[in-house]
This record gives sequence, C-alpha cells and structure tokens, in this order.
Amino acid sequence: MTVLTATGLGKRYRRTWALKDCSLSIPAGRVVALVGPNGAGKTTLLHLAVGLLSPTEGGVAVLGQPAGTAETLPKVAFLAQDKPLYDGFSVADMLRFGAHLNPRWDQDLAMRRLTELEIPADRKVGKLSGGQQAQVALTIAVAKRPDLLVLDEPLANLDPLARHEVMRGLMAAVAESGMTVVLSSHVVSDLENTCDWLVVLNRGRVQVSGDIEELLAEHRLLTGPAELADGVANRVPVIDDSRTDRLATLLARTGASAPALDPKWTSRGVNLEEMVLAYLRKPEAASLPRPVLAST
Amino acid sequence: MIDFRLDRGSGVATYLQLVHQVKHALRLGALRPGDRLPTAKEVVDKLAINPNTVLKAYRELEREGLVAGKPGLGTFVQRTLGGASVTEHARLRDALSGWVDDARSVGLDSEDLEALFAAVVLDSFRVGEDTA
Repeated sequence: MTVLTATGLGKRYRRTWALKDCSLSIPAGRVVALVGPNGAGKTTLLHLAVGLLSPTEGGVAVLGQPAGTAETLPKVAFLAQDKPLYDGFSVADMLRFGAHLNPRWDQDLAMRRLTELEIPADRKVGKLSGGQQAQVALTIAVAKRPDLLVLDEPLANLDPLARHEVMRGLMAAVAESGMTVVLSSHVVSDLENTCDWLVVLNRGRVQVSGDIEELLAEHRLLTGPAELADGVANRVPVIDDSRTDRLATLLARTGASAPALDPKWTSRGVNLEEMVLAYLRKPEAASLPRPVLAST
Repeated sequence: MIDFRLDRGSGVATYLQLVHQVKHALRLGALRPGDRLPTAKEVVDKLAINPNTVLKAYRELEREGLVAGKPGLGTFVQRTLGGASVTEHARLRDALSGWVDDARSVGLDSEDLEALFAAVVLDSFRVGEDTA
C-alpha cells in the first residue's frame, strides 16, 4: 500500500519552477528521509503533500485521496520548520488546543510523553528550551494519531543531544503506531539508522527514491588507475567521478552484484552520506525505480 | 535483559550488530532460554534507530531458531549457544587437566591420551543410547 503518491507534480512561483516533473510513491510504514540542498524544493513538496499549497501541474495523493481534502486532513499531521507553538500558552493549554482541533486526539498518549520527557504541563511554552519546544510540538503531532506524519527540518536549530532525544521519541512513536513518517533534513548523518527510505530532491527534481538498504547495496566506490576509468564508466553508471593524474575514484551504481573488474581496481561499499553527496554533486544523475504499470 | 549498544562507525549493518550481540550474550550465558528480548519500542527508545531494524534482527534470530516470537507477549530465547556456562567450562577444564597430569605421570603420551579420551567419550554416549 502506498501512503503518498505524486504524479507529474509541479509547482511554479511566478516564473520559477520550485518543483517539476515530480513522480514518486512511498509505501506505508516507512520512515522517509527527504534530502537535498537549500532551495531544492523540499518544503514545497511537503507543503503540497499536506495540502498547504496546490499544485501548478500534476497531483499528489495521500492514502489514495487528493492531498488537503476533508478526508485526508485528519489522517495527516504536519510540523512546520519553525515549530509553531503559542508562546503565551501553557503546555497543558497547547494540548487542549490540539484536543479541540483533532478528532482522533489521544490525550493519554500526549500526557504520557510529556511525563516521560519531564516537561511540566503548567510551564509556559515560551519558557521551555528549544529542545523541549520541539518535543512539545512533536507530541502534539503524534497525539493527533496520524497515518502520515510530515516533519519539515525537525532537527534544525537543535543541539546534538536534543537531536538524539527528538529522534528517539520519534522512533518510539513509530514503533508504537506503525505510522508513515516523511522528514526533511540536510544533515544526512542524523538520518542514518533512523530512516529506511530515501528521496533526494535537487533543483526541483527527484533524483533518487528508494529503499535505503537496497540503494546502498547497489552502489559501490571503485578506485583504480585513471587510464582505465573511462572503460569502467562505459560499463556501469557512474554517479560521481573524481580523478587525479593516476588515480580515479568512481561512485558507481553497480547493481546488486559487483561487476568483474580488472584486478587493479578496488571496490568497497558506501555509506548513506557518501551516496547522497555523490548524487547532490551530479544533479543530472538519477536513480529511480523502473516504471511499473499502475494497478487498477 | 540484554542491553544493546551501537558502534556507528563500524560499517557493520545495524541489524547485524544486534544479531551479533544476542549471540554473544547467548555464548556467555548472559541470555538463557526463556529470557525475553526487549521489545522493538524499548530498543528504539534507547538507541534512536528505526524499529524495522530491530524487527529485522529478531526475524534473523528467529530464522536461526535461537528465539521465537509469541504474539502479544514478546520475543523469547529458545536455546543457548556453545553448551555449558563459562564457570562450568572452567571447572571441567581444571578437572581434565588434573587427569591429563595424572596420565602423563604414569607414562602415557599425547596419542595415548587422545585415544583413551575418545574411547571413553564413545562409551559414555553409547551407554546413554542404551538406557534411553
């Protein structure tokens, strides 16, 4: 089952396309990392997915319904980048606010989370630390009991300890509820071990969309003599290529089985950060699932 | 209860690190048959990793017959690895080395010892079969 489907999705602001030809589908229960440089269109894509923006062309569906309709809104929670909370409200008042606006609200879950986090319910939101404010905002989003939780840069402006705590809380919520999460970030190291699906967005286009484990298994870093590099590049798709006079280092999409190469080449696996950086450096490279026939 | 740790720089897949740690605990006797493994939520709450990673590790252990999931109750250790506990191993080794010293003092060489040991082991298991 797919939770989020974009088809030929595009958004234009005046004369600039923030997002163009975006097609992807995200299976249920995934924790999706949406990565890309600043201005790549991440926030635009997220805003389209939750219905805060309407597309210029194409469409986006959430749980089989068009995004932003009365059927989908109760099932989707969105936490914006600036984590909007009312500074003058107490934490308890923020929860009351959430309870009144959301039909599926789970007050027990919200109170339990705050107790575990040792955030006093009578404290004014404005008096909390940045990490605590992020946790209150996340608690409200989770207590909505969404099927899809969308987080725009949830870890921005947090110190390393607070980042770890927020991720811990998020992963625990996923373990309990099985909801699908889409979160954007440009700090890739925060996403390793937590996300299991990767979407790379670059210059308004989707470069990569796929299962992280499968993607990592398909990519390798090849190092060998520079004069043989062109031969290798003719046989396997090379994403990133850096050469000195004698040595070439190629990050290639070799597929699940490593190709037989001249013994002068060494080959090793890549980590998430290396793979993402290679794609970001080469906006024209793409790794997308082969098109499949739509099921009726 | 086992306490998982992560070595983030090791390059070993996270689920495999969890599998290895359970096996290590089984060998050391820190986990015994009947012990419950922590739930995915408990692991995730400590390590901040994707719950699917924990489930994948448990599926792997289940496939190897080391643990079994009981719906609604948790995942339980089914069997141990590497025979008796570490203290039992140490006690048996002491006793055996005493016996070897004794045998050498009356003139048996290494091959004599091995033959005698193998014969006794064989007899012992044969007796076990007869009475079973």
